[in-house]
Parts: sequence; C-alpha cells; structure tokens
Amino acid sequence: MSASFADRHIGTDDEAQQWMLSAVGYDSLASLMAAAVPESIRSRAESALPPPVSEREALAELRTLASRNRVRRSMIGLGYYDTVTPSVIQRNVLENPSWYTAYTPYQPEISQGRLEALINFQTMVADLTGMATANASMLDEATAVVEGMLLARRASGSSSAVFLVDADAFPQTKALLRHRAEAVGIRLAEVDFSSAAYRDLPDAFGVFVQYPGASGRVWDPTEVITAVKQRGGVAVVAADLLAMILLTPPGELGADVAVGTSQRFGVPMGFGGPHAGYLAVRKGLERQLPGRLVGVSQDASGYPAYRLSLQAREQHIRREKATSNICTAQVLLAIMASMYAVYHGPDGLRSIATRVAGQAAQLAATLSAAGADVVHETFFDTLTVRVPGGAAAVVKRAAEQGVLLHLVDADTVSASVDETTTADDLRAVLRAFGFKQRDAARGAPALPAALERTSDYLTHPVFSTHRSETSMMRYLKYLADKDYALDRGMIPLGSCTMKLNAATEMAAVTWPEFAALHPFAPEADVEGYLELVTQLQEWLADVTGYDSVSLQPNAGSQGELAGLLAIRAYHLANGDDRRTVCLIPASAHGTNAASAVLAGLRVVVVATNENGDVDLDDLRAKIAEHADAIAALMITYPSTHGVYEHQVREVTEAVHAAGGQVYVDGANLNALLGYARFGDFGGDVSHLNLHKTFCIPHGGGGPGVGPVAAKEHLAPYLPGHPLAQRDLVAGRDASQLPEHGNIVSAAPFGSPSILPISWAYVRMMGAEGLARATASAVLAANYVAVRLRDSFPVLYAGENGLAAHECILDIRPLTQATGVTVDDVAKRLIDYGFHAPTMSFPVAGTLMVEPTESEDLAELDRFIEAMIAIKAEADAVAAGEYPADDNPLRNAPHTAQSAIVGEWEHAYSRETAVYPVPGLVHRKYWPPVRRIDQAYGDRNLVCACPPIEAFT
Amino acid sequence: MVDQSELKYTHEHEWVALEGDVATIGITAYAAEKLGDVVYVDLPEVGTTVASGRTVGEVESTKSVGELFAPLDGEVVEVNDDVTSSPELVNSDPFGDGWLIRVRLSDPTAADSLLTADEYAGLIGE
Repeated sequence: MSASFADRHIGTDDEAQQWMLSAVGYDSLASLMAAAVPESIRSRAESALPPPVSEREALAELRTLASRNRVRRSMIGLGYYDTVTPSVIQRNVLENPSWYTAYTPYQPEISQGRLEALINFQTMVADLTGMATANASMLDEATAVVEGMLLARRASGSSSAVFLVDADAFPQTKALLRHRAEAVGIRLAEVDFSSAAYRDLPDAFGVFVQYPGASGRVWDPTEVITAVKQRGGVAVVAADLLAMILLTPPGELGADVAVGTSQRFGVPMGFGGPHAGYLAVRKGLERQLPGRLVGVSQDASGYPAYRLSLQAREQHIRREKATSNICTAQVLLAIMASMYAVYHGPDGLRSIATRVAGQAAQLAATLSAAGADVVHETFFDTLTVRVPGGAAAVVKRAAEQGVLLHLVDADTVSASVDETTTADDLRAVLRAFGFKQRDAARGAPALPAALERTSDYLTHPVFSTHRSETSMMRYLKYLADKDYALDRGMIPLGSCTMKLNAATEMAAVTWPEFAALHPFAPEADVEGYLELVTQLQEWLADVTGYDSVSLQPNAGSQGELAGLLAIRAYHLANGDDRRTVCLIPASAHGTNAASAVLAGLRVVVVATNENGDVDLDDLRAKIAEHADAIAALMITYPSTHGVYEHQVREVTEAVHAAGGQVYVDGANLNALLGYARFGDFGGDVSHLNLHKTFCIPHGGGGPGVGPVAAKEHLAPYLPGHPLAQRDLVAGRDASQLPEHGNIVSAAPFGSPSILPISWAYVRMMGAEGLARATASAVLAANYVAVRLRDSFPVLYAGENGLAAHECILDIRPLTQATGVTVDDVAKRLIDYGFHAPTMSFPVAGTLMVEPTESEDLAELDRFIEAMIAIKAEADAVAAGEYPADDNPLRNAPHTAQSAIVGEWEHAYSRETAVYPVPGLVHRKYWPPVRRIDQAYGDRNLVCACPPIEAFT
Repeated sequence: MVDQSELKYTHEHEWVALEGDVATIGITAYAAEKLGDVVYVDLPEVGTTVASGRTVGEVESTKSVGELFAPLDGEVVEVNDDVTSSPELVNSDPFGDGWLIRVRLSDPTAADSLLTADEYAGLIGE
C-alpha cells in the first residue's frame, strides 16, 4: 500500500522527526505540542471531519460533485463572459507551479519574471483605458469600483458626502457600493443617465459610470464627467476592456479613474472567480492608487529591473492611513490576462472585439426584423430586449436549448455575446424569443460613430512578438526561469505559510464543470458547486469552533473587513451606535488597522509587552478610557510574533466584559489546527486564509480566499449576495438579509474555482492529518530555532521556551557589530538558493522564518547551513577580513554576469560570491539582476513597459 | 550651513530656525536617517494656516512614512520646491538645502518652549 496523502504532504517522516525532536529536546510530537500549546486553550472537541481518503478517491468524489454541475452556454453577461483560454497559457501559466507557487514579489531580484508579466498587465490596462497608470491588480470589478469611490473621496476637492452612481451599473456593483458606502458615511445617489433629467446633477465628490452600461447601452458620458469635475468631483468609469478596443477609452473622455475586470481576457468564469480586477488613474493620481503597483528601477549595475513601487501607500506601512486594505491581489489571473494580450496582440484583439460586436449587431438586427423590441440602438456586446410579460418564458425556452440569458425583470431580457458565441447560439436565442429560424440579418457593429476609437494601443513590441506558439511557450519559460517559486526550494516566509500546493488538489481547477460556469447560472446548474461550498464551510466551522462560515471574501483583507462589518452591524442591531472603537495591538499586521477604518471603526492601539503579547494593563486602561465605545478587539493567534500567548483567554474575557466583540485574525491558523479552536477561547469572528493554511497556492501574489467564520450571533451579518442561487451561510434566515446581502465580493461565492483545492486538502488529510501537519510545522520552526540560536538570537518564545509555527531571528546585534543589515542577509540568501524569510515584520531588523510542515529535513538543514555560513561571512566583515562596503553580503545577490564579466576586484573570490557552499554546484539558482535600487524607482516613477533599448 | 546648536527642536524630530517672526522648519539628520531614502515630500501650500501639533505634510521613504507636524502656530509663507522635486535633499542636507517650510509665527515667543540642542541630543540619546 502506498503512503497516505498526509505522508506526502508532510515533508518530514518519522525518522526525521525523531531526530528533530531530540534536537529540540522532546521525545514525541505529542510531548512537544503539550509543552508548546497552553493547556488553557487546548481543544477538547471531537472533530466532525470525515475520515481521510486517498488522492484517487478524492478526485473521484470531486468528479461526482462536478457531474452535478451543468455547463450551458452563458449569455448572461453582467461582467462575466465566456472566453477561450489559449492552451499555451493554460498549460504554461495556470497549470505551471513555477507561476502558481510563487510568492508576492516583495523580493524583486528573484521575481523579475512575474514583475515583467505584471508590467505588461499594467501597460495593457493603461493602453486600453487611455489612463496614465494602472495597478496590478484588484480583487474583482465590484470591489475595484468601491476602491474607485474611496479614491475619489480622498482626491476630490469637494466637501460633499455624495457619490453619484449610474443606474445602469451591474447589480452586484450597486449592492457592494451600498454595503461599503454606508460604513464610511458616504451617501449614494443613483442617477439614470439615459433620461435628460440627469443634467441637473446634485453636488457630489464623485460619479461612477458603467461603460458600456449593464443593459448594453453605449453612450457618451463626457458631459456627465465634465459636469462633475467642474464642481471638484472625481469621475470613475468602469470600462469593459474588450469594448475599449473599439470605443473611445475613458481616459480620452476625461475620466480620472478607470476600473473593471480582465476576466474575458482568457480567464475562465469559474462560477465567479478568481479573476483580476484593475484600477487605473490619470496622471497626478498615482499616489492615490490602492494596491500593488509595479515600476521600473535599476540594479546595482545600472540595468533596468522591476520592483513594487510606492509601497508607502500600502497597508503594511501606512496602516490605518493606507490608501486601501488590499494586500493579496490577483497576480496569477492578471498574468493570464496580460498573456492573452501578448498572445493575440492588438490585431488579434481587434478582430475578436469586432466579431463580438458584429454578432451582437447581427442578433439585434435579426430580432428587430422579426418584430422584437430591442431597447438600445447603440451597444457593444449586450442587447436588452423588451418582452412585456414574457421575459421569464423566453429565458426558460433559451435554457431548454442550452443557452442562458439574463432575466432583467418580468418584461425584459438581456443577452451578451462573447468570443465563444456561435451561429447556433444566436439561432437558439431567436427560437427562444419565439421566432422561426430565419437567415441572420447582416449586422455591422452598432457603436456610435462619435465614440469610435482612434488612438493606438498595445504598441509595445511585447504585444506583437509572440505570435507563434513556440515563441509564446518560450517567452513564458523565459519569464518563469527568472523567478524563485516553491518548485525550486523553500520559501520560509513567516506568517505566509508557503506550504505544498499538491498536484491532486490543483487538478479540478480547470475541469469545465468548475471552470466554465457563470456566477449567476441557474441554481439547478450548480448543485455540485453548492454542495462543495456547503461541505467546505461546515469543515472550516468544525476546525475553528465557529457556527457559520461565508466563503465569499476574495482575500484575507476582505474577510477581515467582512468580519468587522458584521460586528458593526451586530452592535447597530442592538442599538449600540456608539461602539466605534477597534482595539488593535501595536504588533498587528497593518491590514487590521486599514480594514477597521473601512468598516467605519476608529483604531485605538494597545501596547504589546517585550514578548509581543498584548499588554493586559494597557488593554484594561484602554477599555476603561473608551468604556461604552468598544466595538471590537482584533488579535492574531498565535501572535504575530509567532508565540502561543498564554493569557489570551484573559484578553478575550476583558473585551467581552466591556461589551466588545473579539476578532481573531486567522493568519497563523497553521499553528493551531487540530489543537485549539478560535471559537473555544473567546473568538466571535475570524477570517481564515485558504491560501495559507488550506493549500491554495499564492499565485505570485494572489488569488487568495479569505473566508469569514463566526459564532451564531453574528451569522445574520456574514456576507451573502443578492444574486446568490441559495444562501449557504448556516444558522440564519436568508429572507432577513438586508437588500445588499452584506455583500463584500462581486460573486456570491467569491472565487469558487479554486475551492476544490482546499476541499481536497481537508478531504485527504482528515482531522488526524491536519493535526499532524500542525505539530510537524511547529516542530520544524522549533528545530530551525534550536539549530540557529547559537548564530542568531531567537526572539520571543512561549511556554517552555518554544516558538509556535514560526521563529524570529534577530539580526540587529549582527548589524550593530558588523554593519551587515537584514537586507544584506536576505539578499545573500538568494546566492545560497533561498527565498528570504519575512523581513522586518513584526520587528524591524529581524527575519521571521516559517518553514511549514511540507519541507523535508534535508531542505531545513540546507537553510540552516546557509544561515550559519552567512553568519560566518558577517563575522569576517567584523574581523576586518572584508571591507564593510565590499563583501559578499553587501554585494548580494550576485548575477552570473557580475561574477564573470570584467576584472574581479572584490575582497572575496568569485567562488565565494556564487558558490559559497559546495551543494550549490548541482543546484544553482542564478538571480537575473543584482540588488535593486529601491529609492531610484520611487523617485523616477515608470509603471509601463520600458522600451526594448533600455535592456541593451 | 546653519549652526545646529542655535536651533530649536521638537519631540517629533523637527528643527526650527527663527529669524524675526519667520521660522524655517525641517527634519533632523536623526529623523532622516531613521526614515531611510526619502522619495517623496508632501508640503502644504503657501498661505495655509497651521496649528501647533497638527499634521501639515508627509515625508515618505521607500519603507516608511513620517508626518510633518507644525511645531508652532502661524501661516506658511514659503515651501521648499527644490525638496519636492529632489526629495533626496532631505537625506543629503537635512539642516540646509533639505529644509521644508517657512512659517510666519503668530507668536514668535512660543518658540522658547521648544527643545534646545542639548535637550534634543538627550532625547535621541547622544
């Protein structure tokens, strides 16, 4: 019999673990965990998880679930369109661990491949929307619109609290705007821009226009944009990227901000996600951008090199003053969309857009000729047809023929054409409207002549070079080879849990039954998905000690926001409108503070003691100071310092006694699963990161899934969705939900196509396997700590001097003694073939190491060997053997070129530079650039593809 | 080059040089070093009324953000445009070309309440 999945997932076998345990000083995993995890929080509950199955059995079960989904031709539209994922992109990006197992590119020297792909994305979006600078990326279109609204309020010169919303916006966008605006005191005013009355617009800090409209209508919003801007407002336009190939883009119509989604650029609908949203701004608003922005800088040799720009805008630095709480983005999907543009090029995209518009026009002409009432004269891909009293019958007949239309209301149907639409589909639509098959009328695109696009786009050579599949395949390989992902070696990032993303877990993601469904497909078509979501929600509730889970949030940041909005709504429902204070420990992740502000809460910082634990005296003082105003406390467990805080129950009890709710940040759940549950030691609500603890790959910086889990009393306030097939959040009456449904993502179940990954993980591990993974992760962290403590002080420890699943190595004494900085150590690790641990969080000048359970002993030892060797190199600097400004650490990382070309004039040898330990001879990773000048990139902001000459 | 021993200082690591009723304000070398490579400086517009202790601008590096506080009440009469276009001046010459704003004080005697050079040296542990 072959090994169980848990044995494959956990990198260390029994023999290795015995060796590691003896180094740490324990005789079994059980005794280690008994010593590490405080007795006061140990879980006594019996797990209700089903017993584990093999990889083959799990796939068979997933096949059964998939078979309960039914893929029909979607013409529903509303921001989701079927698309052809070029096979070369599916195989070489979406199904390639070199792309999907990479981390967020915070170490730019080893991330040049995906940074180039992302700058292609930014260039694509900026070109197509006519804006100056695009970010990379947003979580979906609806949340991008919300970010656009918040940006407008920051940048606007108007003191108005009103934001104008296009009545012809997508329904999910309108619901999300309502939910989010209310929490931050923004008043929405919906305006029907198709009636003349809009000319008398109320005073507003901004306006949102959907272009083309949800109904398909194409109109010229210039007058509206100008009117709002003249009064100091900011204009936000959601633009369909495919339509922008034929239409004058928002940048040329005067828009300040363009937002949208890149889904239809080759990313499967996936029942709602994941896809990359985008946000782009006109010149002058760059510093207001939310999210990640890739820019060009230069390396130590002066060669161009990419990096993340203007990071000081972001939540990890600016905390409650950040431009957004967004952290994880949608990197993998943004890369797919950008590669779709690279693959098709401007001409290919033009022919796709023209064909789509032509088919829509053909359908409209044929329907009109047959006597149907097609509402708009100008449209791109979507027709709205009036069928008084007969809309439901039309939609039903279409569905019977395998085509899904959108039922707008009892009298109205809409149909959207996409690049996969065939002549048969159009005939089926005709029949659904009750017309006999007739020759299709000729239809030229029905776009207003005045809005025809005249400007160039995608003129950079990268969008015209890779027409052959051979060239495309090699471009993807060339980029992937520049990057360091989990397929090369360990990525020991503290608080990020870079564990195995197993092949079996990934298998179902691209199955059509999971990939090809529209998020608003009929309930009967998605029973398999609804079952999978229900099971996963039940399992997650079981392992965390909560009652209800919503899988909708698209990242941890969104789960946090959803949890805090739930707390806010709970207090308001109890008449507690004064509870607005959110207590956050000083050591918290910056996203906590940024999310609290977006939930309309006021951040009050609670001190932490020298061990990183919440300072109970300060907590009590802050509670007393804000007695009746405490809304919540946000606490991470184990703490951000990687310690099982002993007194967590006292903390949660103090907050409850003051009438507050306890939010437990689930970022470090990998240290707890199977041993303790948030719900059992005082948590009221948490978010989990399925892309950390539950094996969804990081995708190079997204996708993420951040479910929010809560106790029964908060269930009514967890995210639902006005367009959901069925509300799946346990323990509530869906009919009691507010009209906006507490929505936090565009799609009802967030990013369903990647949920089979976490489902498969839990299904194959079972309760015992998950607990063993936790213990193995804790053992690995403590083994690294013990082996490295003679070289580097290990900061913070809980009971019995043990760390949890991560340990903090203090580099500051080394810096003081030798001048070697934490940056030097991180970059030198690249020369040794490693991705650096988390730098300077939660403590500046330190490295936080989280090996996870998936690394084997040989890899752990290789890392330990590298760190000890680096310490020796630093000591040599201190001893004067190497000058402080010319040593292997300061000059790291070393490219092949820097080691070979020209005279070698350094105080150390070429061998020391690039082969510092013998093991590297057989497995050398060569960084493509030397150390990148961070300041140069921020002082000289360039966020689009540089000209080819720059690289010669 | 100003004589640093003649300057006044604040707990927020700013320095103040008083000439008549106009105060020139910048951040100290200690603050500039702690911030790291300054990449962006956001300063108030000339004519802005400022109140002691309130945020009037930002000094941003690649890895952190420092707020610029008004050390005293008054009105901004001049801002250093050179530093907006070349933020690295804050690192290379914090007490000279890296000055940030000039404020006409509503009460110049209030400057007496600020820290002396010796007191500031004590604050930063020198």
